[in-house]
Amino acid sequence: MIYREAGDFKTSYAADNQTFPLRGDRLAYYLAVIFALGVVPFFINDYWANAIVIPFLIYTIAALGLNILIGYCGQLSLGTGAFMATGAYAAFKLTTAFPSLNIIFVIILAGVVTAGVGVAFGLPSLRIKGFYLAVATLAAQFFLIWLYTRTPWFFNYSPTGMISMPTRELFGYPVTGASATAVSGYLLCAVFLIASAWLARNLTRGTLGRQWMAIRDMDIAAEIIGVNPLRAKLSAFAVSSFLVGISGALFFTVYLGAAEAGESFGIDKSFLVLFMVIIGGLGSILGSFLGAFLLVVGPVLLKILLVNNLGWPTDVAAHLEIMIIGALIILFLVMEPHGLTALWRTIKEKLRLWPFPH
Amino acid sequence: MPDTLLFAMEAALNGLTAGVMYALVALGFVLIFKASGIFNFSQGVMALFAALTLVGLQTGQIPFSHLINAIFGTRMHHFGWTLPTVVAIAGTVVVMVIFAWAVERFIFRHLVNQEPIILFMATIGLAYFLEGFGDIMWGAEVKRLDVGLPQGMSGPVDDLTFAWFGYGFYMDRLEIWAALIASLLVISLVLFSQYTKQGRALRAVADDHQAALSVGISLRFIWVLVWSLAGIVALVAGMMWGAKSGVQFSLSLIALKALPVLILGGFTSIPGAIVGGLIIGVGEKLFDFFMQPIVGGATENWFAYMLALAFLLFRPQGLFGEKIIERV
Amino acid sequence: MLDARSEGYVTADGRQIGGVLMEMKNITLRFGGVVAIKDISFDIREGEIRAIIGPNGAGKSSMLNVISGFYHPQEGEVWYKGQRRPRMRPYQVAQQGIARTFQNIALFEGMSVLDNIMTGRLNHMRSGFLSQALWWGPAAREEAENREKVEKVIDFLEIQHIRKTPVRRLPYGLKKRVELARALAAEPSILLLDEPMAGMNVEEKEDMSRFILDVNDEFGTTIALIEHDMGVVMDLSDRVVVMDYGQKIGDGTPEEVRNNEEVIKAYLGVAHD
Repeated sequence: MIYREAGDFKTSYAADNQTFPLRGDRLAYYLAVIFALGVVPFFINDYWANAIVIPFLIYTIAALGLNILIGYCGQLSLGTGAFMATGAYAAFKLTTAFPSLNIIFVIILAGVVTAGVGVAFGLPSLRIKGFYLAVATLAAQFFLIWLYTRTPWFFNYSPTGMISMPTRELFGYPVTGASATAVSGYLLCAVFLIASAWLARNLTRGTLGRQWMAIRDMDIAAEIIGVNPLRAKLSAFAVSSFLVGISGALFFTVYLGAAEAGESFGIDKSFLVLFMVIIGGLGSILGSFLGAFLLVVGPVLLKILLVNNLGWPTDVAAHLEIMIIGALIILFLVMEPHGLTALWRTIKEKLRLWPFPH
Repeated sequence: MPDTLLFAMEAALNGLTAGVMYALVALGFVLIFKASGIFNFSQGVMALFAALTLVGLQTGQIPFSHLINAIFGTRMHHFGWTLPTVVAIAGTVVVMVIFAWAVERFIFRHLVNQEPIILFMATIGLAYFLEGFGDIMWGAEVKRLDVGLPQGMSGPVDDLTFAWFGYGFYMDRLEIWAALIASLLVISLVLFSQYTKQGRALRAVADDHQAALSVGISLRFIWVLVWSLAGIVALVAGMMWGAKSGVQFSLSLIALKALPVLILGGFTSIPGAIVGGLIIGVGEKLFDFFMQPIVGGATENWFAYMLALAFLLFRPQGLFGEKIIERV
Repeated sequence: MLDARSEGYVTADGRQIGGVLMEMKNITLRFGGVVAIKDISFDIREGEIRAIIGPNGAGKSSMLNVISGFYHPQEGEVWYKGQRRPRMRPYQVAQQGIARTFQNIALFEGMSVLDNIMTGRLNHMRSGFLSQALWWGPAAREEAENREKVEKVIDFLEIQHIRKTPVRRLPYGLKKRVELARALAAEPSILLLDEPMAGMNVEEKEDMSRFILDVNDEFGTTIALIEHDMGVVMDLSDRVVVMDYGQKIGDGTPEEVRNNEEVIKAYLGVAHD
């Protein structure tokens, strides 16, 4: 009875359409944003930021992007790793070519570049679907990584073949490079995540989002009722790659600082983000958060438990980890294809009736 | 004859044997896809797992010894015996059949009537699970697999080509054997599906699920059967690849190569899988040979996918597939 | 704008039917060697309920697919609003104001009833990408305006109670109604109905007939429908085309068709109805 919609009446269609129709949800959302921007920065330290918080924020952006493509538009992509790499290398090239360009613009532009690349590799989706499309995106994955590691222009001819991020400041504070603090990096990622989630939510609730979902649910019928498949699919690829590119740019500039395409953005990254989307819930904004959270925090907890507490060798723990991840994927697909989001919804239903479930 | 042409021919010949490998893995895909519509991403990991099991049985490794050691602080590794190759192979086949049964029982029985894309993602999960499971069961270090096949340069090929062109081609004897065994495997699969009762049931299911069910064919049995067959094909592929380059993680990556092979050959065609495998094997070697001076090497990483992509745009149904008419 | 040759006519129940809205001229459609439609011509007039009937496999559905641009005939022309229609993609046909339902319900199962019907409005929504991304200005306004239109359709078809239900949870009859709502929301010039009563019980059929008549009556929507249930069609429609084996064997008012020798032989004679 704490959580319910009774008495929460709507008097306009706009009010009925808002993201969090229930007052309880709305309050929780505002509190979360205030907590993330106003409280966390005062307590965060390097360990927490680097082990959990920053990867969580960055992967959530990637998962949001991939969820738009797979969960909303129904186009399977296994090229997420390469699109993240595109964002990372674009950010590197931009910031080294124009050192005075504000880091925020660098990251947004990196997203724009990735959107362009994503659209190019999304073109086959107009003729092919399902796992055929998955193969097309695999082509993107392997070709782009090869391109970035083999063409010296991309890494500014550095002898190691790596790209490394110089120090860049925002409002006088260093946010990237060696002198950056955990707080500044955290705040940058948090702001980008909030903006990305807001963007994703707006696009998925409007007419564009409905066109994506129509294509996902029944592409032929969608076209017959007036959805232009070219525009719908390519816009999904563009928005998805834009977000994935931003996450790749942040991953490199804020989190890694130095990267090599094959090492940091291989096919395993593509799968990791895909798993986040599946576990969190296909076609759900909240799911992208939950999935990323589980797959970032889970391995850390497992490592603390097995290696630090029980003293197992790291490799055995690592093998157990991928085994558990694989099993989780299967379990979710079998038990709850809509992922953690659906579990959360069930809990809410229960809460609505509590304490009088009958 | 100019030297470049000879070198290119040698590269093509070597590509042919890599192609046999791709074709083998693709064959496993086709078997499962035809009978169940499942696009089995884990085929490559199955090959790795089969090879790991074979080595493990052969050398008398204790299964899960790493895990047991980690939990109980013991230091066990081997039983101290070795098994003859034939016995070890038979044992591995048994393990693969058990695996097939478990896959049906615990995964796909619960995913009946799901969309193909969900099934596909489930096999990605299966691939991860099996990879971790294999590593925990047998350890992750690179292993040498010796099943008694001859290795080293093939004399006859060298002599013959020298006599013809004045330049002896290098070809590993192992690869010739691999090609022979692969053809044998394909022939016996064809015989099996043409002349046995189970084979007929298999073809019936591939043709029309509903109709096959209505004449009393057990779908569950068929699924276990095809996954077992795919497991055996994986074992052969794992043996060949393992004997050549050692049993290690990279083995599971050939599964990814099999995807473009299938695009070329069509998802339901056994001859298609073989021809597609050979085209990609030869194509990527030749492409790399000619492009190396221009763009640098390692184009094998992506050539197959780009070729498949080009194919998809112009002939989405593959070389041997039929054009699909869409309906509402 | 309409074909000047014809003035229209008055129906038995006194409704004025306008000029020719759409005309099919000598349409022939083949699949490989199979001829699905052979040299068929007929017209659809503004404001009328036009039926295409025929036994299974007569080519009715193919005809509907030609009209909605999903199949492209090898020969013949489609004229719409006085102009020859060039070869178009189906979504362009939809943008011209032709909406349809499907024989095997083609709703978007993963979306709510409301969202499904809102997709019917998409050709009326013009707000740009940026406005949608920021949910600011035109996008939000447009969403509310179109929601209002959709709510009218929802009221009209009496499906208020399932507004936010996911479509996959609905029973068959309601799904059919939601599909009609989606097509109506587009405010089409021509509404194509592909076997609107297929698989329904008597009560549901009556409801559906009532809705079809009301749509035509209240919005003046031109309706072309396919059915093989003769009884329903004869009561509903103003004029009927009869097809058999891809050919047209009759065309006229229900009364005329009913007395047509060939139609009786090919269709009614086989103890249908």
